[in-house]
Amino acid sequence: MGSITLKQVTKSFGPVDVIKPIDLEVEDGEFVVFVGPSGCGKSTLLRLIAGLEDVTSGHIEINSKDATTIPPAKRGLAMVFQSYALYPHMSVRKNIAFPLKMAGIDKAVIDRKVDEAARVLNLSDYIDRRPGQLSGGQRQRVAIGRAIVREPDAFLFDEPLSNLDAALRGNMRLEISELHQSLKTTMIYVTHDQVEAMTMADKIVVLRDGIIEQVGAPIELYKNPRNLFVAGFIGSPKMNFITGAEAEKKDAHTIGVRPEHFSVSRSKGTWKGTVGVAEHLGSDTFLHVSADGVGTLTVRADGEVDLKYGDDVHVTADPNKIYRFGTDGNTIR
Amino acid sequence: MARSVTTQRKTINTVLAWAIGLLIFFPILWTILTSFKTEAQAINDPPIFLFFDWTLENYSVVQERSNYARFLWNSIFIAGGSTLLGVIIAIPAAWSMAFVPSKRTKDILLWMLSTKMLPAVGVLYPIYLLFIKFGLLDSVLGLTLVIMLINLPIIVWMLYTYFREIPVDILEAARMDGASLKSEILYVLTPMAVPGIASTLLLNFILAWNEAFWTLNLTAAKAAPLTAFIASYSSPEGLFYAKLSAASTMAILPILILGWFSQKQLVRGLTFGAVK
Repeated sequence: MGSITLKQVTKSFGPVDVIKPIDLEVEDGEFVVFVGPSGCGKSTLLRLIAGLEDVTSGHIEINSKDATTIPPAKRGLAMVFQSYALYPHMSVRKNIAFPLKMAGIDKAVIDRKVDEAARVLNLSDYIDRRPGQLSGGQRQRVAIGRAIVREPDAFLFDEPLSNLDAALRGNMRLEISELHQSLKTTMIYVTHDQVEAMTMADKIVVLRDGIIEQVGAPIELYKNPRNLFVAGFIGSPKMNFITGAEAEKKDAHTIGVRPEHFSVSRSKGTWKGTVGVAEHLGSDTFLHVSADGVGTLTVRADGEVDLKYGDDVHVTADPNKIYRFGTDGNTIR
Repeated sequence: MARSVTTQRKTINTVLAWAIGLLIFFPILWTILTSFKTEAQAINDPPIFLFFDWTLENYSVVQERSNYARFLWNSIFIAGGSTLLGVIIAIPAAWSMAFVPSKRTKDILLWMLSTKMLPAVGVLYPIYLLFIKFGLLDSVLGLTLVIMLINLPIIVWMLYTYFREIPVDILEAARMDGASLKSEILYVLTPMAVPGIASTLLLNFILAWNEAFWTLNLTAAKAAPLTAFIASYSSPEGLFYAKLSAASTMAILPILILGWFSQKQLVRGLTFGAVK
């Protein structure tokens, strides 16, 4: 059990409305990612669900019961913090055991559960160390261990991977996804990294300035962004936006083309341009092309392409994959 | 060249530091030395530094005339009791100021500190009357309470400063882990703040030990601590410097030893948070 419902939830800090009225449905077992630029209110929204902040108005329901005024300790949720927030004076064992101890569980049961969690998370060798003696990845695992032992209704993750280096981040991303597959517990995950959002989520919630811009499955957001903001935020490298005469030809204020929906040719195509920086990754090549009358376009080509700085090219967009946006920024369907 | 300049500067610094240290320590040293002189040698002009007839007579006279153990016990009880009580009250206060501050928190902190700027004698009369009314005059309990209240602003301020260094994330994690407010303070905040709490305890124990104004004004015989014991040797019949010095030495010795063994803790506590 772990469904969470937000009904017209708002949060203001003094005169600043950080969260404008938000309605959201998180179903049991779902992996939901809150994504958005910094300051969009995603962490605040998570803290409201956790109970670490009080809502200004509206209601939060956990398992269909009103939890708006229930203190964090009694909501049955576990949280993993960006800073890990381990107890520095306790060993790994005591850190993981702490929530069980607070729940007044029998010591023998605690020991068994802690050992089991440590085994699953590869922490058995470090069980008697203090957090200060662990690496970043190990600390993050302890924080996750502390969250899983109490078998919460839902996990809340607040940018848990942003303090780790790139390689470790990739590994931990996988581990968290696997954890979700095996536990099947509701998870709400906050990140500003759209790659994390795309790879992990069942459902992405895109936030900007305290409002939800769009909710949907990752591929749905990628294929059918509701507006310019979502189109620009989901997908990497980001979508190319073209305004002016070229857009008007398509009856739009702005048109958008993803880098992967272009084709390049030396001889013919819609827009003529010159290659600026060319990024050769082996599997893909990213070309930054300044096209006449259009501006700079990021173009992805499959595999290795023999183009370099200063080469003349022609770029053509796949006509079925051109997004059109009106003056209000919304997608024209 | 550069190295010899550095060495020279180091020597000068060392000599200066020792000189200042000795200057500060000199009154205490003089008191200790005087306690071993005869009354005549104690007031000798010019003063005698080391070459006098060392005697323990003053100590035996002081022992005969007053019950040192009782004064010592009162001092320990009052200093220890007021410090412990103060910390028990101050921990929740500092917790709320550090972690759930309101618009007025800064004002309250300043107001608390401002009470330390008022000369103690300004409130002597009302407190004296209260003591009479509640039958607290010359009682260890009354004195413990008053000294606790006098030092409370300092205890709250010190703990507030230490608590602010503790990441609030960790306390929030405890809340998410199901800890009640009591468990959060008992199992998470207090153990993490142990260095800060220890130096607060130490400093306030020393302050309470040395407190003289209230102990002299609110006690007579029963509850008198060591400060009153010293004062009893500066009597209207004339000053007995050697005996006064012996009494002083006996009064400051316990706290001197405590300070010596805990100096690392004290310095660390007092500079806590200054350098990250």
